[in-house]
Amino acid sequence: MYVAVKGGEAAIANAERLLAEKRRGDPAVPELSTAQIEQQLGLAVDRVMTEGSLYDRELAALALKQACGDQLEAVFLLRAFRTTLPRFGASEPIDTARMQVERRISATFKDLPGGQVLGPSFDYTHRLLDFSLLATGGEPPPPAPLGEAEPESMPHVLAMLDREGLIESEIDRRPDAPVPDITRDPMTFPADRAARLQGLARGDEGFLLALGYSVQRGYGRNHPFAGEIRFGAVEVEFVPEELGFAVSLGDVAVTECEMINQFKGSATEPPQFTRGYGLAFGHCERKTMAMALVDRALRARELGEEIDSPAQDEEFVLYHADNVEASGFVQHLKLPHYVDFQAELVLVRGMRRAAEAAAQRARPLAVAAGEE
Amino acid sequence: MDGYNFAYLDEQTKRMIRRAILKAVAIPGYQVPFASREMPLPYGWGTGGIQVTAAIIGLADTLKVIDQGADDTTNAVSIRRFFARTTGVATTERTADATIIQTRHRIPERSLRADQIIVFQVPIPEPLRWLEPRETETRKMHALSEYGAMHVKLYEDVARHGRIATAYDYPVMVGGRYLMRPSPIPKFDNPKLDRSPALQLFGAGREKRIYAVPPHTEVYSLDFEDHPFEVQKWEQACALCGAGDSFLDEVIVDDRGGRIFVCSDSDHCGERRAAGHVGAQPDALGQPADKVAP
Repeated sequence: MYVAVKGGEAAIANAERLLAEKRRGDPAVPELSTAQIEQQLGLAVDRVMTEGSLYDRELAALALKQACGDQLEAVFLLRAFRTTLPRFGASEPIDTARMQVERRISATFKDLPGGQVLGPSFDYTHRLLDFSLLATGGEPPPPAPLGEAEPESMPHVLAMLDREGLIESEIDRRPDAPVPDITRDPMTFPADRAARLQGLARGDEGFLLALGYSVQRGYGRNHPFAGEIRFGAVEVEFVPEELGFAVSLGDVAVTECEMINQFKGSATEPPQFTRGYGLAFGHCERKTMAMALVDRALRARELGEEIDSPAQDEEFVLYHADNVEASGFVQHLKLPHYVDFQAELVLVRGMRRAAEAAAQRARPLAVAAGEE
Repeated sequence: MDGYNFAYLDEQTKRMIRRAILKAVAIPGYQVPFASREMPLPYGWGTGGIQVTAAIIGLADTLKVIDQGADDTTNAVSIRRFFARTTGVATTERTADATIIQTRHRIPERSLRADQIIVFQVPIPEPLRWLEPRETETRKMHALSEYGAMHVKLYEDVARHGRIATAYDYPVMVGGRYLMRPSPIPKFDNPKLDRSPALQLFGAGREKRIYAVPPHTEVYSLDFEDHPFEVQKWEQACALCGAGDSFLDEVIVDDRGGRIFVCSDSDHCGERRAAGHVGAQPDALGQPADKVAP
């Protein structure tokens, strides 16, 4: 019997060919286009853009196609592409108050300026499989009725509370300090909130969801209210050095979540509400809500709260939130470890021999003791 | 490769990595944080080593890549192919011919020379990590040379098992100052780290750290006077080449407990066989697998 010890170039090349075949599936079924993925699997595209940290719907769709629909693999593909792109500079901060809102809800006020706009949402659908979608080629659904004309501006709910002094003001305490970039500088601890938010924005949705959930279940004791969730297009502006004024680069779709949390107050500060913030590319409400919960939990040190839960521990959260890192390291266990395992085998065998010898030496004594 | 720079990384990134390497060489054993990039290979599969190699490799270099001591393990093949594609530099399986050797889990048996650089792939760079999970704490411990916790751990091994029960990734002191993880090489290889004439670079991509052992630097494997450091020994010799002093892989050859031992360093074994050394079962593993057609 021959045991294949080591793989080789031929095996790798064949595995890649097999993967290409699997990716295509049954050739009798028409091939999926990236335009179809972009249009009809849009939320998958949004997640890949967010965690891949690159706003490009077409490339995200391509990554999903190449990854056979595996989202984390698609995120990885997009990141590995993104890392090779040159940096022209940083855009101006986007202004979500000027968002062209498609959806905007608040759980804290029944009605508010600009109104509650449900927009496209799964929220109130009954999760019954719609067997009519099994058939393709039918008529597209009739357009949904349009609401009344959008108001010019849709002020943030939290800004209204801020005017009353009920919630902490969100002010940039160091407006001239450079914004950290976690893709260009390794994370240091304690981390700056801007760096933390970057880490959370590209963090794995599942991981943040579980952590956010743990906060709600008492690991971090924070009672949150969904102050506002909005989704829509915002303009991205850039100031080229040679021009000295902002030019518009285009629109990106983002989802924003602002959580309102209680704060008991301290010796120096009266009780007031505090904030947790979430932002992601495309339409990702679950992600931004979880992000906002975890952001608030991670502010425990800054707010003088006791740190005793995983979601409040920034090294724990930020070192483990990135799914490209996590997936790579977990799966590296598939790589050969013959050498380390052999070293352990030698050690364990040696220790077992020593233990056996010790047991043998002890046995006559035990027998002698038993005879007495 | 079209659309990508020589060795994949852009020049700015390479300069950043080289600065980190220079700092690492200047402070032997100290872990230098660096802005690790996403690579087209997964984290944990050698991205740190790949970035270090990409930053130092030039057209005149000859690259050797090994995993578990062998050139033909899948991940070594994959990394070698990556550099062949992105740089076009010559690659080799011969330790003696390489100017850069990227490795996972082994140091070649053949002594390295002053004109060679060995690049280690490092999964977890922090030697104190299993004793203290927090980076903020471990950095403090290094700053203060506060390594008592590691000695206590080794002592507890001795108290419980009668020996130091660490077989690989065995902690070392570098230049008498920094405690260092040599990456998961078996402790068999630790003596090769000590005063090596070759530059030894360590890259941890996911953990974003680079560290180094400059040529001729003392690397001391921790031990106790009454429990001196010792390396693994085998009762067997290599079945293929008969070597009695190399690190051996155990290969299970049937489902009835049959096993043979062969050199983990495939180049070392091949060289010995070419020189006429013959082990007890020279044909045990058949012919080497056919290479893929170019």
